[in-house]
Amino acid sequence: MTSTTEQLSATTLLRFATAGSVDDGKSTLVGRLLHDSKSVLEDQLEAVEAVSQARGQEAPDLALLTDGLRAEREQGITIDVAYRYFATARRRFILADTPGHVQYTRNMVTGASTAELAVVLVDARNGVVEQTRRHAAVAALLRVPHVVLAVNKMDLVDYRESVFAAIAKEFTTYASELGVPEITAIPISALAGDNVVEPSANMDWYGGPTVLEHLETVPVSHDLTACPARFPVQYVIRPQTAEHPDYRGYAGQIASGVLRVGEAVTVLPSGKTSVIEGIDALGESVDIAWAPQSVTLRLADDIDISRGDLIAPSASAPATTQDVEATVCHVADQPLTVGARVLLKHTTRTVKAIVKEIPSRLTLDDLSQHPEPGQLVANDIGRVVVRTAEPLALDAYADSRRTGSFLLIDPADGTTLAAGMAGESFASRAETAVAEDDGWDF
Amino acid sequence: MTTAAHHLHTDSGADAPYALSHLDALESEAVHIFREVAGEFEKPVILFSGGKDSIVMLHLALKAFAPAPVPFTLLHVDTGHNFPEVLEYRDRTVAEHGLRLHVASVQEYIDAGRLRERPDGTRNPLQTVPLTEAIQQLKFDAVFGGGRRDEEKARAKERVFSLRDEFSQWDPRRQRPELWQLYNGRHAPGEHVRVFPLSNWTELDVWQYIARENIELPEIYFAHEREVFQRNGMWLTAGEWGGPKDTEQVQTRLIRYRTVGDMSCTGAVDSDAATLDAVIAEIAVSRLTERGATRADDKMSEAAMEDRKREGYF
Repeated sequence: MTSTTEQLSATTLLRFATAGSVDDGKSTLVGRLLHDSKSVLEDQLEAVEAVSQARGQEAPDLALLTDGLRAEREQGITIDVAYRYFATARRRFILADTPGHVQYTRNMVTGASTAELAVVLVDARNGVVEQTRRHAAVAALLRVPHVVLAVNKMDLVDYRESVFAAIAKEFTTYASELGVPEITAIPISALAGDNVVEPSANMDWYGGPTVLEHLETVPVSHDLTACPARFPVQYVIRPQTAEHPDYRGYAGQIASGVLRVGEAVTVLPSGKTSVIEGIDALGESVDIAWAPQSVTLRLADDIDISRGDLIAPSASAPATTQDVEATVCHVADQPLTVGARVLLKHTTRTVKAIVKEIPSRLTLDDLSQHPEPGQLVANDIGRVVVRTAEPLALDAYADSRRTGSFLLIDPADGTTLAAGMAGESFASRAETAVAEDDGWDF
Repeated sequence: MTTAAHHLHTDSGADAPYALSHLDALESEAVHIFREVAGEFEKPVILFSGGKDSIVMLHLALKAFAPAPVPFTLLHVDTGHNFPEVLEYRDRTVAEHGLRLHVASVQEYIDAGRLRERPDGTRNPLQTVPLTEAIQQLKFDAVFGGGRRDEEKARAKERVFSLRDEFSQWDPRRQRPELWQLYNGRHAPGEHVRVFPLSNWTELDVWQYIARENIELPEIYFAHEREVFQRNGMWLTAGEWGGPKDTEQVQTRLIRYRTVGDMSCTGAVDSDAATLDAVIAEIAVSRLTERGATRADDKMSEAAMEDRKREGYF
């Protein structure tokens, strides 16, 4: 029964994403993590074996564990991000399993948006390739706090340290320049099991953690509580019952930072001020609460506050603006053009907006900029300038992933058009303007 | 509704000063989802079957809006072959919290000739029509379901907010990317959004949460002696729904249910787990998934769940 007690004492949750090209061995790595953490159960394995056998394959195809849809199995491709769950004695994991080819950028952006760690896979025989640079760039743009470079297929290069060291150095240099704060390089063979869950006997020159060990020990949540507090109001709770005639609580999830009873706060965009009188944390009254807890705040003054407002400590309240400059990843099939009227969803607030300018489009492969592309199409990353109908209390994405991010939505049919990150990023450096205009394919 | 006082404090085993336990993180995320829907939709409804996932959903909704009442009604699709203990639990819970329950009845559809009984007697797939018609007639624009991505490979692809067209269909190829915690609930009149607050929970998370929050469940989740018979490798409850057949032998066994649903397709497992702790210990070492162990309808074909979801099933 050890496993029961161990699993029950697991305290934290790590959300991470995997990125890898088609043949980098991502499915094998994911399969091994799931399999070796005993997260693949017998009936799932039996189903995979049955289908593999029916297709005449000799060994069970572990990719079938992750390819859930009829079309995916028929075509042998992965269509969309899938989320998988596994646990070890030390931690629970939510893995955003992002497909490596079709619709590549938007899938990785989707997976990386909630990830605290990204695993970028590289084939040791090929080293850092174009795709690897795209993965690194997306991880940097989305500000994933930890990046793991998994140099896979070490068995095919005789487990040579020099091969690993060269790839690790090249990647670390590139990713650091993009602003990735922490990079851990691990030499692995997903197929043979080297350094995935068990340390490798074939690479005694490597003294670092295995992939799983690193996933289990990397710190989480530190970035959320180190930032100034932000509290987007989701819903106003007013029971108006005999028992609670005067209760008025502002319900929301703390987006960043720490809130305390007695703290002076400002409500944006109105600018009204008050003091936190009470914090109700899902049924119990507390003195302190932190991101990402869902709580209800009660304020000392009866002021007009509704969904979409932002409560922040008066000492560190954000400025409001109607002119948003941001880097966006375009995720829809219909293009985003200059002059387009859109909806902008930021935290709990949705406002009308106009795309004023698209100053540049970025090519992830070499980080070159295409000035004034006129429009962004699916999977493009570019800079935009958007004018909103109402002021927004918007942080820079570099300061807060939660209050610096937004969606652009097509008001006509509700399609999510673009994922936006406010403020500067490496995509705003206008250093290399290249006038080649044939776009890039996936 | 009691809440353990310790869980909001930093866990000594956690690795950062303000880390949340995994259950607190999942709870916080689910509550955020409930509040988003309350803030953005006109007429949401919670699918409530009296099963453990929907019970956990209701518990989360109660916490999310306390001390105000839950601002949603409930909907149950009654197959006509539900476990009496579960229906009793359902009605008692609805009354206790002063909620409003709509029941869409498969039996009524069959009696009116609008649905035909299947040769195998399974009514689970028949739920889709009463469900989607209830959504249309009662004009629900957001429908909470207790589906979890760990349940089944098609569900692993499901979004937290899943847009359904006027025919309630799910098109896995045309899902909106879901970025950060920014859920896009825009929909045209006639369309609705399915919402899954428990997407990121596993079966074990659900049980641990039930234990932590001390949530009452229908008795059939715990080991008890019951008259069952075997069909396609599953222990099914004998009853008026059409089992057992002459060739199937009824016996009394010590069993419990891991899921509750239609009696004709929900199998029991042999178990002596009579308490929450015993159930958690059993699940933690089980080598079978919840649905693999107990759902006959998922075994109909490799893509059974996906096909039903496309038609409007949860």
